[in-house]
Amino acid sequence: MSALQGQGDQSEHLSVLIAHIVQELRGTVLHSQLKRAAQFQAGKPNIHLSDLKKEVHSALVETGWERKLRNAVYKHMVLYPQMNHPSSSGEHCKEPLSYIRKSQSNWEKRILKSLNSMCTELSVPLARKRPLQEQKELKMKWNELGTDEPDLSAFRPVYAPKDFLDVLMTLKNPNCNSSHENKSMVHTWGLIQMPFKIKTMKELRDQYWELTMTESQTGVDDLSEIAADVYETERTKLGKKVLQAGHSPLAQQFSKKGCPATQRCDLWAQILGVTSDDIDKLYYEQLKSYVFQHDLLVDSLIYKDIKLTATNDDNYFVFEDYLYQALLVFSRDTHVLKHFANSSATPAKSYIRGKLGMEEYAVVYPPNGVIPFHGFSMFVSPLCYVYHDPVRLYFIFRELYMRYFFRLHNISSHPQGIVALSILFESLLQTHQPQLFYHLREIGAQPLRIAFKWIMRAFSGFLASDQLLLLWDRILAYNSLEILPVLAMAIFAFRRVNLMEVTTFSAADAVMADLTGLKLVPLLQVAIFSSQR
Amino acid sequence: MSQKVRWACDLDKSVLLGNFEKRGWVQASPDEDWNFYWSSVQTTRNIFSVETGYRLQDDQIINHYPNHYELTRKDLMVKNIKRYRKDLEKEGSPLAEKDETGKYIHLDFLPVTFLLPADYNLFVEEFRKNPSSTWIMKPTGKARGIGIFLINRLSQLKKWSRDSRTSTFAAPSAKDAYVISKYIDNPLLIGGKKFDLRLYVLVTSYRPLKCYIYKLGFCRFCTVKYTPNTTELDNMFVHLTNVSIQKHGEEYNPNHGGKWTVHNLKIYLEGTRGKDVTDKLFDEMYWQIVHSLKAVSGVMANDRHCFECYGYDIIIDDNLKPWLIEVNASPSLTSTTANDRIMKYNLINDILNIVCPNGEIPDMRWNKTPPKECYGHYDLLYDEELAQSEVLERDSKSRIGIATMSLRSRDSRPRQTTTWK
Ligand SMILES: Nc1ncnc2c1ncn2[C@@H]1O[C@H](COP(=O)(O)OP(=O)(O)O)[C@@H](O)[C@H]1O
Ligand SMILES: [Mg+2]
Repeated sequence: MSALQGQGDQSEHLSVLIAHIVQELRGTVLHSQLKRAAQFQAGKPNIHLSDLKKEVHSALVETGWERKLRNAVYKHMVLYPQMNHPSSSGEHCKEPLSYIRKSQSNWEKRILKSLNSMCTELSVPLARKRPLQEQKELKMKWNELGTDEPDLSAFRPVYAPKDFLDVLMTLKNPNCNSSHENKSMVHTWGLIQMPFKIKTMKELRDQYWELTMTESQTGVDDLSEIAADVYETERTKLGKKVLQAGHSPLAQQFSKKGCPATQRCDLWAQILGVTSDDIDKLYYEQLKSYVFQHDLLVDSLIYKDIKLTATNDDNYFVFEDYLYQALLVFSRDTHVLKHFANSSATPAKSYIRGKLGMEEYAVVYPPNGVIPFHGFSMFVSPLCYVYHDPVRLYFIFRELYMRYFFRLHNISSHPQGIVALSILFESLLQTHQPQLFYHLREIGAQPLRIAFKWIMRAFSGFLASDQLLLLWDRILAYNSLEILPVLAMAIFAFRRVNLMEVTTFSAADAVMADLTGLKLVPLLQVAIFSSQR
Repeated sequence: MSQKVRWACDLDKSVLLGNFEKRGWVQASPDEDWNFYWSSVQTTRNIFSVETGYRLQDDQIINHYPNHYELTRKDLMVKNIKRYRKDLEKEGSPLAEKDETGKYIHLDFLPVTFLLPADYNLFVEEFRKNPSSTWIMKPTGKARGIGIFLINRLSQLKKWSRDSRTSTFAAPSAKDAYVISKYIDNPLLIGGKKFDLRLYVLVTSYRPLKCYIYKLGFCRFCTVKYTPNTTELDNMFVHLTNVSIQKHGEEYNPNHGGKWTVHNLKIYLEGTRGKDVTDKLFDEMYWQIVHSLKAVSGVMANDRHCFECYGYDIIIDDNLKPWLIEVNASPSLTSTTANDRIMKYNLINDILNIVCPNGEIPDMRWNKTPPKECYGHYDLLYDEELAQSEVLERDSKSRIGIATMSLRSRDSRPRQTTTWK
C-alpha cells in the first residue's frame, strides 16, 4: 500500500481482514468445538446470568480454548493475501502485475499442453475409474506401493527445474525497454532481469539477527565438544515450556535457533497450526478411497518422480512407500485448491469427454490443481525423518506446500516467489562476491544455472538430512523462503577458491555437485554477518 | 625420517591400495621385509603358527590377531560371552545383576543360542518351552549368509540332521558345526523393511583394552517387506540383511545398495522416537561391543604387532533393544556404491592414521596412544588404561576431599568419561 493512503484505509483494511477470518473460521471444527465449550460453560449451575459473557470468556481462557482460537486467527493472518484490498479485483490480488499474470498463464498452458499430448501419445486417459478388482488389489498393497512396478518408461516428468528456469529467463518487464536498461539500477550480470524490489544484506541481517555468532544455536552448540549437553538440555527444557504454552508465534520465535530433534515434530505442527485429530484421520481415509476409485495420469507422474528421485537417494530410499501415501492422497485433496487465492497460479481445467471448451463441464485437474514437476516428491521426503505417522506426515506436508512450496514453481512478483528469490540470489552474489560472479559468468557458468534447482527444491536432496531439517526450521520460524537464496549465495562464497579455478560450466557444476558435507548454521553466519556491507 | 613404510597386501582392493599410495609407501612382497601387512586371516594364522617359526620384528605390524576367531567364530563368541557373564557373576559384579525372571539386566544382548550338535538336548528343552518360536541355523565357519536357514518345527531340524549325512549327532568336524539362535522376529522396521547395522570397531590392544568405534557405520536393508509370517520363512530376501544376498534380489537398487548411514538412522530415531531413547540405544550398543571385547580379552593372544578392524552385526528390535548377532574379522572392503567407496576409503585411512600416526615406520614398543587428531571418523570407545587412571584419580581426589563426583551413582553401569560421550 502506498504511504499516501491514510488511516481510514488501514482500519478499513483491518475490518476486511477480520471479516475474512471470521468467514474462514465459521464452519470449521474449531468453531463448533468452541460453541460447544461455551455452551457447556454457560450451562454450569454456578454461572451468574448478569456476567454471563465475562464468565464464559474467562472460563474459555482457563480451559485453553482461547489459545486455540488465537492460534487459528494467527494462522489465517499469516495465510491472508498481503495485497488484498476491497477495491481490487480477485485477479489483482493473486498477482498485481499483468505481464507476470500473462507469463504464468502461458506457462500453465504449456504444462497442460504437454500433459495432454502425453495422454494422446501414450493413449492413456487423464482419469479413469478403476474396476472393482483393481480397487481391491490397490487397497491390499497400500503399504507397499513401491514394490509394484508398473511400466513407466514412456512417462516423463512434465517439466524439470531447468525448463522452468528457461522460462523465467525470458521474463521481461514491458515498461523497461532496452535503451533504458543501461541506466536502470536493476541491471545485473544475472540471468533474470526484473525490476523487483528485493532485500539488501543489511535488511537480511536485521531479519535474521538471531543467527549471529554470539547467539548459541541448535545444530552447532549442541554438537560442540564443550558443554554441548548443557546447552541441549537447557534448550529442550525451554522447548517443553514453549510446547506447553501451545502458542504458534512463541514456537516460531523459539525455532529461530533451530528445533531440538525430539521436539521438531510438535514445534512444526504448532507453528503450522496442524492438529491431526480423528476428523483429520477420517478425511485422510476419505482421500485414500478416492485414490482407490480412480486412476489419474498424475499418479503415474508421481510414481515416476518418486522412482527417479527418492527411490535412488541414499538418504530417502527407505521412505519410498510413505511418499506414495502422501502424494497420491495429496492429488485428490480439494482443500489444496484454497491456496490458489494467494497464488498467481490457476488450477488446470479439463473437460468431460466430448464437452471440450464448455465451462459447465470443466473440472479442475488434478482435483488439487497441482501438477507435479521433476523433484516434487522431495518436498515430502525430509518430513519422513520427523513424522512417523502417515496421516500427520500428510497434513504437515500439505500445510507446508500451501504456505511455502507452491511459490517455488509458479511465476509471480511475490517477494517470496521463485522470481524474487532468484533475483535475490543473483544480487547478493553480485554485491558480495563480484569477482566470483564475474569469473563464472565469463566462463559461461551462470551461478543461477547451478543454484536454481537447490532453491526450487528448497535444498531437499542436496543437503545432508539433518542440515536440511535445520534449514526448514528457519523457513518456518522466519516464515520466509528468503533463507534459500541466502544459503545458495553462502555456498558459492564458501566454495569460492575452487570455483575461481574452474574454466568450464561442467567443472563449476562438479565443484557444487556434493553439498552433503556442509554445515548450515556456520555457513549462514559467515555469509550474513561477516560482510559489513 | 625419509625411510618409507613398506607395505604388503593380500587383497586387491582399491580402498587399500589407494591409501598406501597416498602415503607414498612402497610395496613389498609378503616374503620381504614389510612394515605393514594387510593380510588375510589365513596369512596371519600362518605367520603366527609355531611351525613356520616366523618372528615379527619391532617395526612390523599386521591387521589381525592370531586367534581372532575367539571373537569372530559364531560358536566361540557365544561361548566366550557366556563365560564372561558367569565370571562376572561369580565376582559379584553389579554388571551381572539379574532381574526377577533370571535374565541379566545389562548383559542380555545375545539371542539365546545353542551349539549344534553339542547342545542339541538343551536346545530341544528350550524349544519345547516355546514351541511356536522361530530359530535361525547358521554354520559356524561360514559368512555372507551362506548356509543359513530358519526353522519353526523340530521336525525340520531332524530332517536337516538326516540330510547332512551324520545320522547321529556324533563327532562332527568343526566345519559341520552350527549355531542355532532364537530368531529376532520383531525387528525394528523402517519403511516396512528389516535391516541390521554394520558397525566398524578397531582394536589396537586387548590388554589393556583399547578400542575405537567408527562413526560412519551403516544400516543394511532388506529389499523385500518384512513379514513374520512363517510361510515366508525360506525367503531370504525377507530375513537376511547380508548385501551379498540382497544384491541378487529383483528389487536391489545399485544406487544406494540398500545402505543407509547410521547417522541417518540416528536422526530418524531422534525425530520420530525421541532423543532419550535414541541415546540409550546407542549407549547400549557401545556397551555390548565393549563387553564382547572384554569377554575375549583374556583368551586373545595380545600380540603387540597386531591390530584388527571388526565388522559388528547388530539388530535392533521394535522395543529399540539392540542384539549382537556376530562379529566379522574381515568386513567386506568391496564397494557397492560411490558413497560406499568413499566411506571405506576413509575407514582405511583412519585406521592407518591410528595404527601408524603420520604414516611413519611402526614401532611396536610405542604405547598405542595416538594423538586425538589422528582419530578421523573414529571415536575412542574404551581405553582401559585411561579408564583406570581416571578411577585412581577420582579416588585420590575424593580422599583429599575435593570430590566433585559423588560415589558411583545408583546406575550400576560404569560410566567413564574416557569413553564415548
Ligand atoms: N538371531 C537372529 N535374528 C534375526 N535375524 C538374524 C539373526 N541372526 C542372523 N540374522 C540375520 O541373518 C544375517 C546373517 O547372519 P550372520 O550371523 O551375520 O551370518 P553371516 O556370517 O552369514 O553374515 C544377519 O545379518 C541378520 O540379518
Ligand atoms: Mg553377518
